[in-house]
Amino acid sequence: MDRLFLVASLSSVALIFMVMYSLRREHIRVEYSVSWLAAASLMLFLSRWPTGLELIGAPLGVRSPHAVLLSILVGVLLLVLYRVSLLLSHLRDNNVALAQKVAILEYRIGELAANADRR
Amino acid sequence: MTAAAGRVLILIPAYNEEGAIASVISEVRQVLGAVDMIVADDCSTDATVSIAQSQGVRVLSMPHHLGLGGCMQAGYRLAFELGYDFVVRLDGDGQMDPRDVPKLLETLRTDGCQMVIGSRYLEGSPPYTSFSRSVGIGMFRMLLRPILGKPVRDPTSGFVGVNREALQVFSRSFPLEYPEIEALVVLRRRAFRFQEVPCRVRPRMAGTSTITPAKSFYYIVHVLLGVLVNILRFERHRWRL
Repeated sequence: MDRLFLVASLSSVALIFMVMYSLRREHIRVEYSVSWLAAASLMLFLSRWPTGLELIGAPLGVRSPHAVLLSILVGVLLLVLYRVSLLLSHLRDNNVALAQKVAILEYRIGELAANADRR
Repeated sequence: MTAAAGRVLILIPAYNEEGAIASVISEVRQVLGAVDMIVADDCSTDATVSIAQSQGVRVLSMPHHLGLGGCMQAGYRLAFELGYDFVVRLDGDGQMDPRDVPKLLETLRTDGCQMVIGSRYLEGSPPYTSFSRSVGIGMFRMLLRPILGKPVRDPTSGFVGVNREALQVFSRSFPLEYPEIEALVVLRRRAFRFQEVPCRVRPRMAGTSTITPAKSFYYIVHVLLGVLVNILRFERHRWRL
């Protein structure tokens, strides 16, 4: 078997194990592990199916299955990173709103305490 | 200041301004008397909070560093909840002269506009403006002219007064980073008006500016993108009507 495909297969299996291990240790949440598991499974499948890579590459004029595999790998990683950016943006917005609420509540509590002391 | 003219709040965003905050507070009191004042502290690591409190000013403390926009929006939210009619932002570094605050308030009350900008460029360029900063501001002036439908001389000024209508908008929607220019576009989307009044600017009382060439470049890209996104949102709503 081609060495590159072998490395891709082993890396995919390693990634699946890493994600599963993190899931078991609760270091990653199930909903955020799905995209990594899907990406690793796809890479494992494609690296074991060079004929399929040739079929995918033919209409694009790419003859080398290695180039097709690497292109798909880059595309999948970009998609996963984009999803992570979306999640991060959402978390940041929520975090800012929460921090503002905490600051305002703390201020209002301080005001109430000061008023109570005056009485 | 709770006259019939409306309740006024001076909002002072601060981040590590221990060298200047006491002077800013005392200057505001000299000019405006017993005006309501809140220091919005963006999780300073120095003595900013304790100095402000020792001056008898209430502090709105962020639990962690949010950036200027996030910190300002918290202040606007609080001011809106507390029922203020006018809020004037005065930076904690002492670059703005509180003697110009009455001019901003007067314009807000008499003109009916929703926002007043204390402009450093209405009467020529201030002496503390670098060449690159002038070029950047010139570029933003040209960009904003067609978007806002009128010229703006100082779109990056942090010396700003808003009325309750703008306060309501900002308490819900305010840019988190580099808010000044995007805030103008946010107001424009709601068909609000702004005016500029000349103001004095001074060098920082203490500390050093954190602006670097790399940050300036990031600032320009970030603001351009923010303005574009705001316009696209606005146009999308217009097309739906």
